[in-house]
Amino acid sequence: MLLMQLAFFVGPLIFLTIMSFWIVKNYRMEPSFDFANWERMYTRPFFWDALGRTLWMSALATLLTSLLAFPAAFAIAFRLSPRARQVALFLLIIPFFTSYLVRTYAWQVIIADNGVVNGALAAIGFGRYQMLNNVFGSLVGYLTLCLPLAVILQAWSLAAIDRRLIEAAWNLGCSPASTVVSVILPLAKTGIVVAAVFCFILSFGDFVAPYYLGGSKPPTLSILIVDTAKSGQQWPRSAVVALTMIAILMAVSFAGLSLAYGRRK
Amino acid sequence: MKQSRLLTVFLTIYLGAVFVFIFAPIVASVVFSFNSDRFPTIPLGTFTTKWYTAIAANPQIAEAFRTSAVVAASSAVLATFIGFCTAYTDYRFSFRGKGLFLALGLLPPTIPAVIMGLAMLAWFSRLQITGTVTAIVIAHTVLCAPFATAVIRLRLAQMDPNLEPAAWNLGASQWRTMREVILPFTLPSIVSALCLTAAVSFDEFAVAWFVSGLNKTVPVAILEILTGNVDPQINAIGTIVFATTVILVIAAQLLAGLKQRKADTAK
Repeated sequence: MLLMQLAFFVGPLIFLTIMSFWIVKNYRMEPSFDFANWERMYTRPFFWDALGRTLWMSALATLLTSLLAFPAAFAIAFRLSPRARQVALFLLIIPFFTSYLVRTYAWQVIIADNGVVNGALAAIGFGRYQMLNNVFGSLVGYLTLCLPLAVILQAWSLAAIDRRLIEAAWNLGCSPASTVVSVILPLAKTGIVVAAVFCFILSFGDFVAPYYLGGSKPPTLSILIVDTAKSGQQWPRSAVVALTMIAILMAVSFAGLSLAYGRRK
Repeated sequence: MKQSRLLTVFLTIYLGAVFVFIFAPIVASVVFSFNSDRFPTIPLGTFTTKWYTAIAANPQIAEAFRTSAVVAASSAVLATFIGFCTAYTDYRFSFRGKGLFLALGLLPPTIPAVIMGLAMLAWFSRLQITGTVTAIVIAHTVLCAPFATAVIRLRLAQMDPNLEPAAWNLGASQWRTMREVILPFTLPSIVSALCLTAAVSFDEFAVAWFVSGLNKTVPVAILEILTGNVDPQINAIGTIVFATTVILVIAAQLLAGLKQRKADTAK
């Protein structure tokens, strides 16, 4: 059992690391210990451009998802009856059983220049907007991927809050806004941060949204991996990109988790 | 809690909007799959089933469905078995390095699929098994096992820890205890784990795309059509897959519920 996990989970990752030091000669990989791939990737401006773009796009996606999910999670946790809450959570699970690719394709059609949304906007007298093949398109994709999960995680942590604490805040004269900021947010911190970390991991590694909705150019790191790996034998260079991504993700996750489970104010 | 009416109304509408966003692509793909236009817009075209006849006539799609079914079934069984062992080990034993052991058991889903795909492609090509169905099954087993572990571990957490020693005291062997105490108790979660992992495998495209070669699974076939051009066949395929998974999940729920009720009445 453990062997299986070792052989086919750790094995590939270790091999990936080793491979990043190999060199490609005549379209064949040769074992070697050479920093050429690292040097080549790290000295190219397009790599840093892609890294920067991937970082800010996934950060933006994470922020947007968290902000957009919060009122929804709040409504599910505090405004719905227990029965309606179960129905809502069940509905939120459904997207996990539909193909992400099919949903992406549907968006492609919906927000196309002649798509349903633009058609509806035109009917009420607004111009056509380009929504596909730009950052907006990518963000729609990221939200499709992350929003259901974020709402579920946030709603769980909100529903677990002791209602008496909130009532106490009300009785002590807190305004709704300050109740949310100084009572509810700190209590639900773990769930909110964990949801954000998941969003970041998902959108950082996703290549479908930036490729099919964001127009693939300029590329993100994940697209870079797919392109270099699929278009030839430049696996070692893709490996460099992949290892860089893993390092960033680990740093972000650890920072997030220590924030989530760290001491409370 | 005092409730401001306005806020409640706003929150309800907002929640509705979020659901519209989440379900828009799902509903759209079902609707478009019966719509005659290649580029659907408003107003919609007429009702048609031509996209379904098109995929029915496409041998590649049928092949992809077969591959997907084989992969999903085998990796679900393997992943659930591994998941059960991991969960039981965590439940029963404590040993040094358990944290590391669990991390290994639960980490795979947190590594982005493109990276796992690349790593597995490289590793499998060293082992000379890239492009085979076996490769996809192994890859999916690794990716799905953590889900099975989590589901079964949750169920084990509900079990009275004294049940097992009680069975031993009454003279049951370790194996018999496993067969007659642990397995029946965890059965609902095992069924759920099977369905869940099958659904995850059926839906997974990135890793499958990297390692699959000529043996395409359904999502990989979709991905390749998608790279080509706009093709409403995707909607038809998506609708079929959606219907299949939903039926699977509901069946699993009903099965688990039935077992549960029987167990409850037996008590």
